[in-house]
Amino acid sequence: MTETHDHSHETNADSSEIRTAALEDLLVEKGIVDRSRIDSLVERFEHDLGPMIGARLVARAWRESDFQSRLISDADEVLRQENIRGAEIEHVEVKVNEPGIHNVVVCTLCSCYPWALLGLPPAWYKSPEYRARVVREPRKVLEEMGLSLEPDTEIRVWDSSSETRFLVLPEQPAGSEGLGLEDLAALVTRDSMIGVAKALNP
Amino acid sequence: MTDIEVLDGSPAAPPRDNGELVFEAPWQSRAFGVAADLVDSGHFTWNDFREYLIEAIVEWETLESSGQQSWDYYSCWVTALEQILKSRELLEGDEFETRATHYASRPHGHDH
Repeated sequence: MTETHDHSHETNADSSEIRTAALEDLLVEKGIVDRSRIDSLVERFEHDLGPMIGARLVARAWRESDFQSRLISDADEVLRQENIRGAEIEHVEVKVNEPGIHNVVVCTLCSCYPWALLGLPPAWYKSPEYRARVVREPRKVLEEMGLSLEPDTEIRVWDSSSETRFLVLPEQPAGSEGLGLEDLAALVTRDSMIGVAKALNP
Repeated sequence: MTDIEVLDGSPAAPPRDNGELVFEAPWQSRAFGVAADLVDSGHFTWNDFREYLIEAIVEWETLESSGQQSWDYYSCWVTALEQILKSRELLEGDEFETRATHYASRPHGHDH
Protein backbone atom coordinates (compact mmCIF):
# COMPACT_ATOMS: atom_id res chain seq x y z
CA MET A 1 0.00 0.00 0.00
CA THR A 2 1.08 3.56 -0.55
CA GLU A 3 1.77 5.81 2.39
CA THR A 4 -0.27 8.68 1.15
CA HIS A 5 -3.96 8.60 1.79
CA ASP A 6 -5.40 9.01 -1.65
CA HIS A 7 -9.11 9.01 -2.18
CA SER A 8 -8.77 8.23 -5.83
CA HIS A 9 -8.40 4.46 -6.12
CA GLU A 10 -7.30 4.82 -9.73
CA THR A 11 -3.84 5.70 -8.50
CA ASN A 12 -3.48 2.47 -6.55
CA ALA A 13 -1.61 -0.36 -8.28
CA ASP A 14 -3.99 -2.77 -6.54
CA SER A 15 -7.04 -1.25 -8.18
CA SER A 16 -8.76 -3.56 -10.61
CA GLU A 17 -9.10 -0.76 -13.12
CA ILE A 18 -5.33 -0.20 -13.21
CA ARG A 19 -4.62 -3.91 -13.27
CA THR A 20 -7.04 -4.49 -16.13
CA ALA A 21 -5.43 -1.73 -18.21
CA ALA A 22 -1.96 -3.14 -17.48
CA LEU A 23 -3.09 -6.65 -18.38
CA GLU A 24 -4.78 -5.66 -21.62
CA ASP A 25 -1.88 -3.49 -22.78
CA LEU A 26 0.75 -6.13 -22.04
CA LEU A 27 -1.20 -8.83 -23.85
CA VAL A 28 -1.83 -6.55 -26.83
CA GLU A 29 1.89 -5.74 -27.06
CA LYS A 30 2.71 -9.45 -26.99
CA GLY A 31 0.17 -10.07 -29.75
CA ILE A 32 -1.81 -12.46 -27.54
CA VAL A 33 -5.04 -10.48 -27.61
CA ASP A 34 -6.37 -7.95 -30.07
CA ARG A 35 -8.24 -4.78 -29.15
CA SER A 36 -10.71 -4.90 -32.01
CA ARG A 37 -11.53 -8.54 -31.26
CA ILE A 38 -12.10 -7.59 -27.63
CA ASP A 39 -14.33 -4.71 -28.76
CA SER A 40 -16.50 -6.96 -30.85
CA LEU A 41 -16.73 -9.68 -28.19
CA VAL A 42 -17.84 -7.13 -25.60
CA GLU A 43 -20.28 -5.66 -28.09
CA ARG A 44 -21.79 -9.08 -28.71
CA PHE A 45 -22.25 -9.85 -25.03
CA GLU A 46 -23.65 -6.41 -24.30
CA HIS A 47 -26.13 -6.22 -27.16
CA ASP A 48 -26.70 -9.48 -29.02
CA LEU A 49 -26.98 -11.94 -26.17
CA GLY A 50 -29.73 -11.63 -23.68
CA PRO A 51 -32.80 -13.15 -22.09
CA MET A 52 -34.87 -12.70 -25.24
CA ILE A 53 -33.35 -15.90 -26.59
CA GLY A 54 -34.49 -17.92 -23.59
CA ALA A 55 -37.81 -16.08 -23.54
CA ARG A 56 -38.65 -17.23 -27.08
CA LEU A 57 -38.00 -20.84 -26.09
CA VAL A 58 -40.29 -20.49 -23.08
CA ALA A 59 -43.02 -18.82 -25.13
CA ARG A 60 -42.92 -21.59 -27.69
CA ALA A 61 -42.98 -24.23 -24.95
CA TRP A 62 -46.16 -22.60 -23.61
CA ARG A 63 -47.83 -22.74 -27.02
CA GLU A 64 -46.67 -26.14 -28.19
CA SER A 65 -46.87 -29.02 -25.75
CA ASP A 66 -44.76 -31.19 -28.01
CA PHE A 67 -41.99 -28.60 -28.05
CA GLN A 68 -42.26 -28.32 -24.27
CA SER A 69 -41.82 -32.09 -23.84
CA ARG A 70 -38.78 -32.08 -26.07
CA LEU A 71 -37.28 -29.10 -24.25
CA ILE A 72 -37.71 -30.83 -20.90
CA SER A 73 -36.45 -34.22 -21.97
CA ASP A 74 -33.47 -33.08 -24.06
CA ALA A 75 -32.81 -29.35 -24.12
CA ASP A 76 -29.42 -29.85 -25.76
CA GLU A 77 -31.04 -31.47 -28.78
CA VAL A 78 -33.61 -28.66 -29.09
CA LEU A 79 -30.87 -26.01 -28.90
CA ARG A 80 -28.96 -27.81 -31.63
CA GLN A 81 -32.05 -27.92 -33.83
CA GLU A 82 -32.80 -24.25 -33.14
CA ASN A 83 -29.19 -23.40 -33.93
CA ILE A 84 -28.66 -21.78 -30.53
CA ARG A 85 -24.99 -22.15 -29.75
CA GLY A 86 -22.33 -20.48 -27.72
CA ALA A 87 -20.28 -20.57 -24.60
CA GLU A 88 -21.65 -21.86 -21.36
CA ILE A 89 -24.52 -23.93 -22.68
CA GLU A 90 -22.76 -27.19 -23.39
CA HIS A 91 -25.38 -28.95 -21.28
CA VAL A 92 -28.65 -27.30 -20.32
CA GLU A 93 -31.48 -28.70 -18.25
CA VAL A 94 -34.91 -27.09 -18.22
CA LYS A 95 -36.80 -27.19 -14.92
CA VAL A 96 -40.55 -26.75 -15.06
CA ASN A 97 -42.54 -24.73 -12.57
CA GLU A 98 -45.98 -26.10 -11.88
CA PRO A 99 -48.55 -25.71 -9.15
CA GLY A 100 -46.85 -26.81 -5.93
CA ILE A 101 -43.32 -26.87 -7.38
CA HIS A 102 -41.07 -23.86 -7.87
CA ASN A 103 -37.55 -24.03 -9.27
CA VAL A 104 -34.77 -21.51 -8.69
CA VAL A 105 -31.21 -21.46 -10.02
CA VAL A 106 -27.94 -20.49 -8.38
CA CYS A 107 -24.23 -21.07 -8.83
CA THR A 108 -22.89 -21.51 -5.33
CA LEU A 109 -19.22 -21.55 -6.34
CA CYS A 110 -19.01 -18.71 -8.84
CA SER A 111 -21.30 -17.48 -11.59
CA CYS A 112 -22.19 -20.31 -13.99
CA TYR A 113 -25.15 -19.28 -16.11
CA PRO A 114 -26.53 -20.14 -19.57
CA TRP A 115 -25.01 -17.16 -21.40
CA ALA A 116 -26.36 -18.05 -24.83
CA LEU A 117 -29.92 -18.18 -23.46
CA LEU A 118 -29.93 -15.35 -20.93
CA GLY A 119 -26.87 -13.20 -21.60
CA LEU A 120 -24.42 -12.50 -18.80
CA PRO A 121 -25.75 -12.87 -15.26
CA PRO A 122 -26.98 -9.88 -13.25
CA ALA A 123 -24.83 -8.58 -10.39
CA TRP A 124 -27.05 -10.03 -7.66
CA TYR A 125 -26.75 -13.54 -9.13
CA LYS A 126 -22.98 -13.35 -8.59
CA SER A 127 -23.16 -11.84 -5.12
CA PRO A 128 -21.95 -13.85 -2.08
CA GLU A 129 -25.28 -13.18 -0.36
CA TYR A 130 -27.47 -14.72 -3.05
CA ARG A 131 -25.10 -17.64 -3.64
CA ALA A 132 -25.01 -18.57 0.01
CA ARG A 133 -28.50 -17.71 1.14
CA VAL A 134 -30.75 -19.02 -1.64
CA VAL A 135 -29.60 -22.54 -0.79
CA ARG A 136 -30.09 -22.12 2.95
CA GLU A 137 -33.30 -20.14 3.03
CA PRO A 138 -34.76 -19.98 -0.49
CA ARG A 139 -38.27 -19.01 0.61
CA LYS A 140 -37.00 -16.02 2.54
CA VAL A 141 -34.66 -14.88 -0.24
CA LEU A 142 -37.41 -15.14 -2.86
CA GLU A 143 -39.75 -13.22 -0.61
CA GLU A 144 -37.17 -10.45 -0.21
CA MET A 145 -36.91 -10.34 -3.99
CA GLY A 146 -40.65 -9.86 -4.26
CA LEU A 147 -41.81 -13.42 -4.88
CA SER A 148 -44.12 -14.86 -2.23
CA LEU A 149 -44.87 -18.53 -2.70
CA GLU A 150 -47.62 -20.55 -1.09
CA PRO A 151 -46.38 -22.17 2.14
CA ASP A 152 -46.95 -25.66 0.74
CA THR A 153 -45.09 -25.00 -2.51
CA GLU A 154 -41.93 -27.06 -2.72
CA ILE A 155 -38.88 -25.01 -3.69
CA ARG A 156 -36.18 -26.79 -5.65
CA VAL A 157 -32.81 -25.05 -5.79
CA TRP A 158 -30.52 -26.03 -8.67
CA ASP A 159 -26.79 -25.45 -8.31
CA SER A 160 -25.17 -24.74 -11.67
CA SER A 161 -21.78 -26.17 -12.46
CA SER A 162 -19.29 -26.39 -15.26
CA GLU A 163 -21.21 -29.44 -16.48
CA THR A 164 -24.80 -28.28 -16.20
CA ARG A 165 -26.64 -24.98 -16.66
CA PHE A 166 -30.31 -24.57 -15.84
CA LEU A 167 -33.23 -22.68 -17.31
CA VAL A 168 -36.49 -22.38 -15.41
CA LEU A 169 -39.67 -22.76 -17.43
CA PRO A 170 -42.06 -20.47 -15.56
CA GLU A 171 -45.78 -21.14 -15.39
CA GLN A 172 -47.78 -19.51 -18.13
CA PRO A 173 -49.75 -16.60 -16.66
CA ALA A 174 -53.51 -16.81 -16.73
CA GLY A 175 -55.15 -14.92 -19.54
CA SER A 176 -52.22 -15.22 -21.93
CA GLU A 177 -53.49 -18.31 -23.75
CA GLY A 178 -54.54 -16.56 -26.94
CA LEU A 179 -51.39 -14.51 -27.39
CA GLY A 180 -48.90 -14.93 -30.21
CA LEU A 181 -45.30 -15.97 -29.80
CA GLU A 182 -43.81 -12.48 -29.60
CA ASP A 183 -46.40 -11.21 -27.13
CA LEU A 184 -45.90 -14.28 -24.97
CA ALA A 185 -42.12 -13.90 -25.06
CA ALA A 186 -42.53 -10.34 -23.78
CA LEU A 187 -44.01 -11.76 -20.58
CA VAL A 188 -40.98 -13.95 -19.93
CA THR A 189 -38.49 -11.94 -17.91
CA ARG A 190 -34.92 -12.91 -17.23
CA ASP A 191 -35.74 -13.22 -13.54
CA SER A 192 -38.58 -15.63 -14.24
CA MET A 193 -36.14 -17.92 -16.06
CA ILE A 194 -33.74 -17.85 -13.10
CA GLY A 195 -36.71 -18.58 -10.87
CA VAL A 196 -36.71 -15.48 -8.68
CA ALA A 197 -39.92 -14.14 -10.24
CA LYS A 198 -43.03 -15.30 -12.04
CA ALA A 199 -43.73 -14.46 -15.66
CA LEU A 200 -45.51 -11.14 -16.11
CA ASN A 201 -49.27 -10.97 -16.42
CA PRO A 202 -50.56 -9.93 -19.84
CA MET B 1 -46.29 -4.33 -24.87
CA THR B 2 -42.85 -2.86 -25.46
CA ASP B 3 -39.52 -4.11 -24.23
CA ILE B 4 -39.18 -1.10 -21.96
CA GLU B 5 -42.36 -1.99 -20.17
CA VAL B 6 -41.14 -5.51 -19.68
CA LEU B 7 -37.86 -4.37 -18.19
CA ASP B 8 -39.41 -1.79 -15.89
CA GLY B 9 -42.45 -3.82 -15.12
CA SER B 10 -40.75 -6.72 -13.45
CA PRO B 11 -41.76 -6.45 -9.81
CA ALA B 12 -39.03 -8.75 -8.63
CA ALA B 13 -35.99 -7.20 -10.24
CA PRO B 14 -33.85 -6.86 -7.13
CA PRO B 15 -31.14 -4.34 -7.97
CA ARG B 16 -32.09 -2.25 -10.96
CA ASP B 17 -29.77 -3.67 -13.56
CA ASN B 18 -32.16 -5.94 -15.34
CA GLY B 19 -30.43 -7.58 -18.26
CA GLU B 20 -29.56 -4.49 -20.23
CA LEU B 21 -26.76 -3.20 -18.00
CA VAL B 22 -24.14 -5.88 -18.32
CA PHE B 23 -21.09 -4.04 -17.03
CA GLU B 24 -21.02 -1.40 -14.33
CA ALA B 25 -17.76 0.18 -15.46
CA PRO B 26 -15.75 0.17 -18.69
CA TRP B 27 -12.82 -1.70 -17.10
CA GLN B 28 -15.16 -4.57 -16.27
CA SER B 29 -16.08 -4.97 -19.92
CA ARG B 30 -12.38 -4.93 -20.87
CA ALA B 31 -11.57 -7.56 -18.24
CA PHE B 32 -14.38 -9.71 -19.60
CA GLY B 33 -13.37 -9.10 -23.21
CA VAL B 34 -9.71 -10.01 -22.60
CA ALA B 35 -10.78 -13.35 -21.12
CA ALA B 36 -13.27 -13.95 -23.94
CA ASP B 37 -10.61 -13.24 -26.57
CA LEU B 38 -8.16 -15.62 -24.86
CA VAL B 39 -10.84 -18.33 -24.83
CA ASP B 40 -11.79 -17.64 -28.45
CA SER B 41 -8.18 -17.94 -29.57
CA GLY B 42 -7.73 -21.20 -27.69
CA HIS B 43 -5.34 -20.19 -24.90
CA PHE B 44 -7.67 -21.77 -22.36
CA THR B 45 -11.30 -22.80 -22.02
CA TRP B 46 -14.03 -21.18 -19.92
CA ASN B 47 -13.92 -24.27 -17.74
CA ASP B 48 -10.18 -23.78 -17.16
CA PHE B 49 -10.86 -20.16 -16.29
CA ARG B 50 -13.70 -21.12 -13.98
CA GLU B 51 -11.30 -23.01 -11.70
CA TYR B 52 -9.27 -19.85 -11.19
CA LEU B 53 -12.39 -17.74 -10.74
CA ILE B 54 -13.69 -20.04 -8.00
CA GLU B 55 -10.30 -19.86 -6.30
CA ALA B 56 -10.29 -16.05 -6.43
CA ILE B 57 -13.83 -15.90 -5.02
CA VAL B 58 -12.96 -18.29 -2.20
CA GLU B 59 -9.91 -16.18 -1.45
CA TRP B 60 -12.05 -13.05 -1.29
CA GLU B 61 -14.59 -14.78 0.94
CA THR B 62 -11.81 -15.83 3.29
CA LEU B 63 -10.45 -12.30 3.46
CA GLU B 64 -13.89 -10.83 3.77
CA SER B 65 -14.32 -11.89 7.38
CA SER B 66 -11.42 -9.67 8.31
CA GLY B 67 -13.28 -6.79 6.69
CA GLN B 68 -10.72 -6.06 4.01
CA GLN B 69 -12.65 -4.96 0.98
CA SER B 70 -16.17 -4.78 -0.31
CA TRP B 71 -17.47 -7.34 -2.78
CA ASP B 72 -16.51 -6.78 -6.36
CA TYR B 73 -17.08 -9.69 -8.72
CA TYR B 74 -14.90 -8.32 -11.47
CA SER B 75 -11.98 -7.82 -9.10
CA CYS B 76 -12.11 -11.57 -8.54
CA TRP B 77 -12.34 -11.94 -12.31
CA VAL B 78 -9.15 -9.91 -12.83
CA THR B 79 -7.33 -11.86 -10.11
CA ALA B 80 -8.36 -15.11 -11.82
CA LEU B 81 -7.13 -13.76 -15.16
CA GLU B 82 -3.75 -12.81 -13.69
CA GLN B 83 -3.33 -16.23 -12.12
CA ILE B 84 -4.26 -18.26 -15.19
CA LEU B 85 -2.01 -16.09 -17.39
CA LYS B 86 0.90 -16.64 -15.03
CA SER B 87 0.31 -20.37 -14.86
CA ARG B 88 0.16 -20.53 -18.67
CA GLU B 89 3.31 -18.42 -18.83
CA LEU B 90 1.59 -15.79 -20.94
CA LEU B 91 2.77 -13.32 -18.30
CA GLU B 92 6.35 -13.69 -17.17
CA GLY B 93 8.30 -12.66 -14.12
CA ASP B 94 7.22 -9.37 -12.64
CA GLU B 95 6.35 -7.63 -15.90
CA PHE B 96 2.73 -7.37 -14.90
CA GLU B 97 3.35 -5.88 -11.44
CA THR B 98 5.87 -3.49 -12.96
CA ARG B 99 3.33 -2.29 -15.52
CA ALA B 100 0.55 -1.92 -12.96
CA THR B 101 2.81 0.06 -10.64
CA HIS B 102 3.88 2.24 -13.54
CA TYR B 103 0.28 2.98 -14.52
CA ALA B 104 -0.63 3.71 -10.92
CA SER B 105 2.09 6.34 -10.70
CA ARG B 106 0.98 8.18 -13.83
CA PRO B 107 -0.52 11.60 -13.31
CA HIS B 108 -4.28 11.81 -13.54
CA GLY B 109 -5.78 12.32 -16.91
CA HIS B 110 -2.93 10.53 -18.60
CA ASP B 111 -4.42 7.45 -20.12
CA HIS B 112 -3.54 5.41 -23.15
